[in-house]
Amino acid sequence: MAEAYQIIDHVYDAVVVGAGGSGLRAAMGIAEAGLKTACITKVFPTRSHTVAAQGGIAASLGNMGPDHWTWHMYDTVKGSDWLGDQDAIEYLCREAPAAVYELEHFGVPFSRTEAGRIYQRPFGGMMQNMGAGPPAQRTCAAADRTGHAMLHALYQQSLKHATDFYIEYFAIDLIMVGGECKGVIAINMDDGSIHRFRSHKTVLATGGYGRCYFSATSAHTSTGDGGGMAIRAGVPMQDMEFVQFHPTGIYGAGVLITEGARGEGGYLTNSQGERFMERYAPSAKDLASRDVVSRSMAMEIREGRGVGAEGDHIFLHLNHIDPAVLHERLPGISETAKIFANVDVTREPIPVTPTVHYNMGGIPTNYHGEVVTLKDGDPDSVVPGLFAVGEAACVSVHGANRLGSNSLIDLVVFGRATAHRIGETLKPGTPHAPLPKDSADMALGRLDGFRHSKGGSPTSEVRLAMQKTMQANAAVFRTSEILDEGTRKIDAVYQRMADIGISDRSLVFNTDLIETLELDNMIGQAVLTMHMAKARHESRGAHMHEDYPNRDDEHFMKHSLGWFRDGGVNLDTRPVHAYTLTDEIEYIKPKARVY
Amino acid sequence: MAEFSLPANSKVSSAGKRYPAPAGAANVKAFKVYRWNPEDGANPRYDTYELDLDTTGPMVLDALIKIKSEVDSTLTFRRSCREGICGSCSMNIDGTNTLACTKAIDDIKGEVRITPLPHMEVIKDLVPDFKHFYAQYASIKPWLQTVTPAPSGEERIQTVEDRSKIDGLYECILCACCSTACPSYWWNSDKFLGPAILLQAYRWLADSRDEMTGERLDALEDPFRLYRCHTIMNCANVCPKGLNPAKAIAEIKLMMVERAG
Repeated sequence: MAEAYQIIDHVYDAVVVGAGGSGLRAAMGIAEAGLKTACITKVFPTRSHTVAAQGGIAASLGNMGPDHWTWHMYDTVKGSDWLGDQDAIEYLCREAPAAVYELEHFGVPFSRTEAGRIYQRPFGGMMQNMGAGPPAQRTCAAADRTGHAMLHALYQQSLKHATDFYIEYFAIDLIMVGGECKGVIAINMDDGSIHRFRSHKTVLATGGYGRCYFSATSAHTSTGDGGGMAIRAGVPMQDMEFVQFHPTGIYGAGVLITEGARGEGGYLTNSQGERFMERYAPSAKDLASRDVVSRSMAMEIREGRGVGAEGDHIFLHLNHIDPAVLHERLPGISETAKIFANVDVTREPIPVTPTVHYNMGGIPTNYHGEVVTLKDGDPDSVVPGLFAVGEAACVSVHGANRLGSNSLIDLVVFGRATAHRIGETLKPGTPHAPLPKDSADMALGRLDGFRHSKGGSPTSEVRLAMQKTMQANAAVFRTSEILDEGTRKIDAVYQRMADIGISDRSLVFNTDLIETLELDNMIGQAVLTMHMAKARHESRGAHMHEDYPNRDDEHFMKHSLGWFRDGGVNLDTRPVHAYTLTDEIEYIKPKARVY
Repeated sequence: MAEFSLPANSKVSSAGKRYPAPAGAANVKAFKVYRWNPEDGANPRYDTYELDLDTTGPMVLDALIKIKSEVDSTLTFRRSCREGICGSCSMNIDGTNTLACTKAIDDIKGEVRITPLPHMEVIKDLVPDFKHFYAQYASIKPWLQTVTPAPSGEERIQTVEDRSKIDGLYECILCACCSTACPSYWWNSDKFLGPAILLQAYRWLADSRDEMTGERLDALEDPFRLYRCHTIMNCANVCPKGLNPAKAIAEIKLMMVERAG
């Protein structure tokens, strides 16, 4: 196979795949440590999906009232429905303020308070006093374009550093030698040339796989490419059944309206004009955590109190908020609502519905970003040379449900942690051992196979079948019957991958081929999501199983782990870390989760 | 008499294909799309795709995705966020540079003509080569530059009023709709920075935290980099985010005059 394609070789100390928030932060830090660093990305960095984050980034700065990192930690643990690893959560919340100050020093145009400090808004599940309340204003915002402001600043900073960017290069597969990651094979979309990147440390910062679903706030490019590569490298995926539905995707278009809209005073109503969240979450109301609000909305719709001709969505009201406040703090979503729902937010409510938004699950890592697996009975066995950060990873700080504004902080805190770990454990210029002859065979075999595929199933058809199956059978409410059917259906969709046929045989910017490789990355994660959901006989966070409506700590206080190979699924578990990082805070014990 | 010779592949051939709407479609609209594949040796052409709007989403990007998914998977274009924030799907639609994802099909009368952004090298179909544009962006050193060290353990202070001075600037998504709509940029893009990059340059001049105003102005003080702007205003007309690069350029020129004082 290798003889058919000429391979261009590159030698680096470290390679980062992906140039969103976590990838850029990691690449910058690795380069700062004096290591020769490459960043490979399938889209120009500022087009990565971090750009679409709106509401803000959580950190207990205390600019708008009392706050403390331990309060942030409590809320994150509770938000995770106790599935998060508390050592990692402690690290996240403790490091968060420094990470936000660093972003400000990088030039992020945060909105400001009267005192000239970073503006912070209330967000779902963020409270003072170890969950007791009142709400904490913890989410640092640049109007409602925080992700855009942050991603651009991170890219601008990386222009200062000596990272080599390979833009519009699509990473195909990892180079694994004896269970150790030795680099990555990529195709340059611009001319179709094949590139072999040798590296001692490879960081997967490839984002989530939201496009497994039919309707998602995720970008078209959120296809979980790192997860796909990891699965093929024999790495398990963790907690894939936990898929976050954001309460407020615009009905029909699926475009995101930030939780910050409710943070600034917006509220939801049903067809009777009732502010129904008061019934489901008497204390936090519209600012309960996302799984709770999405479930409540779905319940209202199911019980016939949805709005619209089909009674299948809910209204989000901002029309009572001072137009000057909307203009200053929510200008982006005001524009989005106009374009995609033809709604003037100063006068009318926005039609919204729970929409797939975030994958809590992903490639299991420790809080240094090192990928871990279950090996010889050790559930924290490090996969040498391989790291994962951001939505691609499952650290796990988000557990069964992520709190809004905890994803952006996850990106920079663990991007930086990963860079530190690599800087501490690798000497610049460390020589590379020779690679075996077949190092590119898997990647080229898949590339060539798809490029010349002549089957009867076009990529778009198989993709649609996958998306419809996930949407119907791995949604907000799940039952054993729905999940049984779901596993049968998604397994059948996987079988169609052998029958793929594409039309574009060219090498230059062949997006027909790239979309097929993306589908191949997604399908394994879709299969694992469905099978893990079926295996978890309890309800926790985003996984609501109606036949098992309660959380079952005795049997299911553990991470799901799943391998996928040639259509076969292998499930196991890892223990949740029931300890913290330091003595400064004790393990937060599970209790009932009420908002 | 000057002789002009057009570059290879600049002539559009008449060999375009037509893909008719499915039988029984009631609400048909034609999309005439620029096609060019560097590997087939042929000149560019326009292919025409007829779609049933009753089964197509509201935006031009929805139509392009429908064509790629259901009619012709070789059609090539960039897209990502589909909500106007990533800047991937900038192209020329019905004669105007814009984002396909926020351009409503209903706003276009008759046949919808789609071409790549003008005056950029084409890689394939609707995908232009942004390398030069990105290099120009890097050339203005678009990051916060200070002499004063950042305060330890806290943010720099910026008043609400100072912060408001970068509103209308920081929102740029680098889609290049403005620069590739600018006749001055068409002629002199090798030397003129163009509206997008100048808007970014002003974003740092206007940021109260930045301390390199003099150096930044020095770098722009050049007959081409800044002064090729002739206030044609195409940039402000086409910006899909409603920004006004021409105004930012005017502000830079004003700063130049003031410091010459």
